[in-house]
Amino acid sequence: MSGGAPVIRARGITRVLPGVVPTTLVRDIDLDIGANEFIAVTGPSGSGKSSLLYLLGLLDVPTAGEILIDGRATAAMDEDTRAGLRLSTLGFVFQFHFLLPEFSIRDNVMLPMRALGRLSPEAARARAEELLASLGLAEHTAKRPDQLSGGQRQRVAVARALANDPRVILADEPTGSLDSKSSEQVFAILRDLVDRQGRTVVAVTHDLDLAARTDRRVHLVDGRIVEDRPTPGGEVEARVSG
Amino acid sequence: MMLAAEIAWTHIRARARQTLVALSGVAVGVGFSIMMAALMEGSQEDFIRQLVDALPHITVSDERRAPPPQPADAAYAAAEIHGLTPAVRRRGIKNPLATLDSLDGWIRGSAAPSVQTRGIIRYAGRDVGAAVIGIDPHKEPRVSNLVAKMRKGSLASLYRATNAVILGDRLAEKLGARVGANITVQGDKGRIGAQVVGIFHTGIRAVDESTVYALLKTAQILAAQTGLVNEIRVRLGDPMAALETARRIEDETGYKSVSWQEANEDLLSTLVIRNVIMYTVVGAILLVASFGTYNIISTITHEKARDIAIMKSLGFRESTVRGIFVVESALIGLSGAILGWGLGYLLCLALGSVQIKSPFMDTSYLPLAYSPLHYAIATAVAVGSSLIAGFVPARKAARVHPVEIIRGAT
Ligand SMILES: Nc1ncnc2c1ncn2[C@@H]1O[C@H](COP(=O)(O)OP(=O)(O)OP(=O)(O)O)[C@@H](O)[C@H]1O
Ligand SMILES: [Mg+2]
Repeated sequence: MSGGAPVIRARGITRVLPGVVPTTLVRDIDLDIGANEFIAVTGPSGSGKSSLLYLLGLLDVPTAGEILIDGRATAAMDEDTRAGLRLSTLGFVFQFHFLLPEFSIRDNVMLPMRALGRLSPEAARARAEELLASLGLAEHTAKRPDQLSGGQRQRVAVARALANDPRVILADEPTGSLDSKSSEQVFAILRDLVDRQGRTVVAVTHDLDLAARTDRRVHLVDGRIVEDRPTPGGEVEARVSG
Repeated sequence: MMLAAEIAWTHIRARARQTLVALSGVAVGVGFSIMMAALMEGSQEDFIRQLVDALPHITVSDERRAPPPQPADAAYAAAEIHGLTPAVRRRGIKNPLATLDSLDGWIRGSAAPSVQTRGIIRYAGRDVGAAVIGIDPHKEPRVSNLVAKMRKGSLASLYRATNAVILGDRLAEKLGARVGANITVQGDKGRIGAQVVGIFHTGIRAVDESTVYALLKTAQILAAQTGLVNEIRVRLGDPMAALETARRIEDETGYKSVSWQEANEDLLSTLVIRNVIMYTVVGAILLVASFGTYNIISTITHEKARDIAIMKSLGFRESTVRGIFVVESALIGLSGAILGWGLGYLLCLALGSVQIKSPFMDTSYLPLAYSPLHYAIATAVAVGSSLIAGFVPARKAARVHPVEIIRGAT
């Protein structure tokens, strides 16, 4: 259920790429992302969806404005602090799975845990197995990414994003390169993260059917939010930002 | 760091061929560096040993560095005086026995008197010019290794005849003289008949074909000056102390004292140049070897740009990402160096079995110095340059903005 202080709060963020002709990726975005929300970010190609997600996930730094994660201002943080915050509180899933090809999928899922170093190697291993099992990959843990199907790989990517038990999952077209069956599966997993695990998911998607099954839809055009409202028929009343 | 090392290991393992090339580059560099160092230092040690062995560590002669002040100069300090007949100095070291006694009192080593003169050796109608060196057979073994060079007879044999001599083997050959032969020695002022009682061989041609040893007394007769001692030779426990000791002897006696280092100054300075050349060449070899490391590390960072981006997006620190590639370079540098140790050792063995034939010296093997220091230095330079070579692309890779790559890949 939504409520409480926003997990991620964007205040007037603008991102301009410098250049001979400066490109504005997003413009003057105000957005509060509450705990336990499932938000779909939609918009035409080139509207700045990915750019917004990178900014919210601290992968990119806004040219103006401020992003607060759990109330902490991030604009002035150094790169290592931002990296630490990404590691512990945020999880990413991209359209492309981005698994390390030389490692087994279990080792891939363990990577963020080992980088964070909170769990012992044994505990990390157990958690990785558990995560993979919960996503239906129990018998594949020793395989390498190229031995899995696209849908399986994307589920591994979700498991990796969950490794350090982040509060927020940011997904950029997580089902974009999957067939309808796999994409249904992955979407169901994301839905489950919100409903049963109380996490927050922000997913960029082109698929309006899927978007309709989220709690709240943020629609971008030309780098601006033109619409931000609860999904009709969605389970949750989302708050409109501002 | 474990994590970085593990990722590094997978990268390297997946590139066996490239890794092998980089590794062999380092190995060859280290191997040849070790060989070069062994060869250069070996020949230098050998050279110095020969210098130190062949010559006394310090030679005190009856000369002075500055010409002696003339009595007239002393009497008329301000005036410059021309056309004087200089006071004739008697040759030889004054009070040689007292001087020797006082030297024996403080030097860490031994001193022995000798008489250096020249003579023409005549035997069976053949004349050969030679240096005649008068020695004290009791003291000589303490300042030179002549004893070890004796082929026939011994130093004590010099006491066996009135005028006994020991000849260099090549000189004896030239003259056709053997032990027991009665030869004639023609000095500046006199001539004596002498008996050959021994033959020596140093291996240095110039010495073997023109040196004659005799008793001090015999040489003094040839030089026509009784009691003459014109050279005191000193051998020290530590040859490296020669420079210092020579200076002190000169201060105390006033006689010119030349250490072996001073006597061979020009040779020793060429050794310095040689070392500079060696270290330059060795450095260049190892530098070139590190290009292989640079090559593989920058290739991997390019190939792995996507992995780097994802690690950074997950929240890996820049230093961790950099660590991966630094570990890779260290692995290549270190294992290359270890292979290089084997190669270097084998090269040294091979070189060490090469015989050298020289018309001026005895046949010998290439002198090689085996020192752990050579291995350590080559390893340090190889690993160091590998690390630097790897660090450059590693730093660049670690600084990459994940967004740029993720955008490009999706
Ligand atoms: N490095 C760049 N240089 C110039 N323009 C860029 C760069 N990166 C992004 N853009 C532009 O910024 C705008 C926003 O890009 P972004 O990837 O955020 O859009 P998007 O909504 O995710 O599009 P899509 O649905 O195709 O993924 C686009 O017009 C894009 O062309
Ligand atoms: Mg996009």
